Amino acid sequence: MLRAVYKWVDERLDVTPIWRDVADHEVPEHVNPAHHFSAFIYCFGGLTFFVVMIQILSGMFLAMYYVPDIINAHASVKYLQTEVAMGTIVRGMHHWGASVAIVMLFLHTLRVFFTGSYKNPREFNWIVGVLIFFMMLGLGFTGYLLPWDNKAYFATKVGIQIAESVPFIGSYLATFLQGGDMVGATTIPRFYALHVFFLPAGLLGLLATHFILIRRQGISGPL
Amino acid sequence: MSKKVSRRQFLTYTLGGTAGFLGMGMLFPMIRFAADPMLKKGGKGAFVNTNLTEGQINETPQAVDFRVAVKDGWYVPEGGEPRTAWVMKSEGKILALSPVCKHLGCTVGWDSNPQFKGEFFCPCHFGRYFKNGTNVPGTPPTKPLDQYETKIEAGHLWIGPIKKA
Repeated sequence: MLRAVYKWVDERLDVTPIWRDVADHEVPEHVNPAHHFSAFIYCFGGLTFFVVMIQILSGMFLAMYYVPDIINAHASVKYLQTEVAMGTIVRGMHHWGASVAIVMLFLHTLRVFFTGSYKNPREFNWIVGVLIFFMMLGLGFTGYLLPWDNKAYFATKVGIQIAESVPFIGSYLATFLQGGDMVGATTIPRFYALHVFFLPAGLLGLLATHFILIRRQGISGPL
Repeated sequence: MSKKVSRRQFLTYTLGGTAGFLGMGMLFPMIRFAADPMLKKGGKGAFVNTNLTEGQINETPQAVDFRVAVKDGWYVPEGGEPRTAWVMKSEGKILALSPVCKHLGCTVGWDSNPQFKGEFFCPCHFGRYFKNGTNVPGTPPTKPLDQYETKIEAGHLWIGPIKKA
């Protein structure tokens, strides 16, 4: 049945070459944990991507209940966590996943650094990776404000004051981030828009570039 | 297809099954979370005092405003949500009709269209009801207006939830 549906679609769209091109490629022996267990360090990039997918998915579901404004933000988070079935789990996935994603990303960076994989001709992919790191930090920073509790409020105040300390453009940067003179009604929707539209769009674009470059250049050789 | 499961097939099934199991472990909480409003039981309506005395109810429908306590997610409006009922005496009994049209949910008014005197009228698609709430045949609604449960306590009219048909 499933096979017949696939065949019907494939006859019309010719999708087989596309997914073959994406998925059907050899994994070199030195990055395959089945050959050398220590090669598990090569999994951190893929694990980061997997966690990012979980973040996107759980975030989409959280957005079904969350309201980005000063009156309702905290109340809606409290409601979805305490009164909606499995709310604790879904918010927990997003909350812990955020930290796990940063940790995985960091381990991936360490692996690339210590195997020297960033060297020519892969410097550009290192730069793209650093941009991905900044995107993820931005997602973490903007997401932190959204529950609108004390921790969120003061963390954002501190973050914005750090931005304000940048020479010359600092005060403009702070006003831009706050959307006004203080962290409040205009800040939440701004952070929400950055958190769910702008930064994920940028992140997905960078990830696509990252993956295309890996396929073009191949995985770096063994040590 | 041969009867024997080949090694490749066996591995495909076990790998697919494991992946599916792990995937469901991830997706199930999220889907259950999203589907929660469907599975939640609605609150049971309580009776509220309308402050209308029994003597004030007559044969002509009158709009009676009252407030019911609601919990809309995390939002609990102070003093409750305003509701209206068309209250009248009909054949000696008290009738409290919901003003929500049974066609597509607009609000009906009593005697509100000069063309259709002595009827409930819905401006959206010209739905009409007789005084006792029965829909006028040939107009959009196919069912009579809903009735609220009512009771008289200490001389005052109390309105409850909508009667189940």
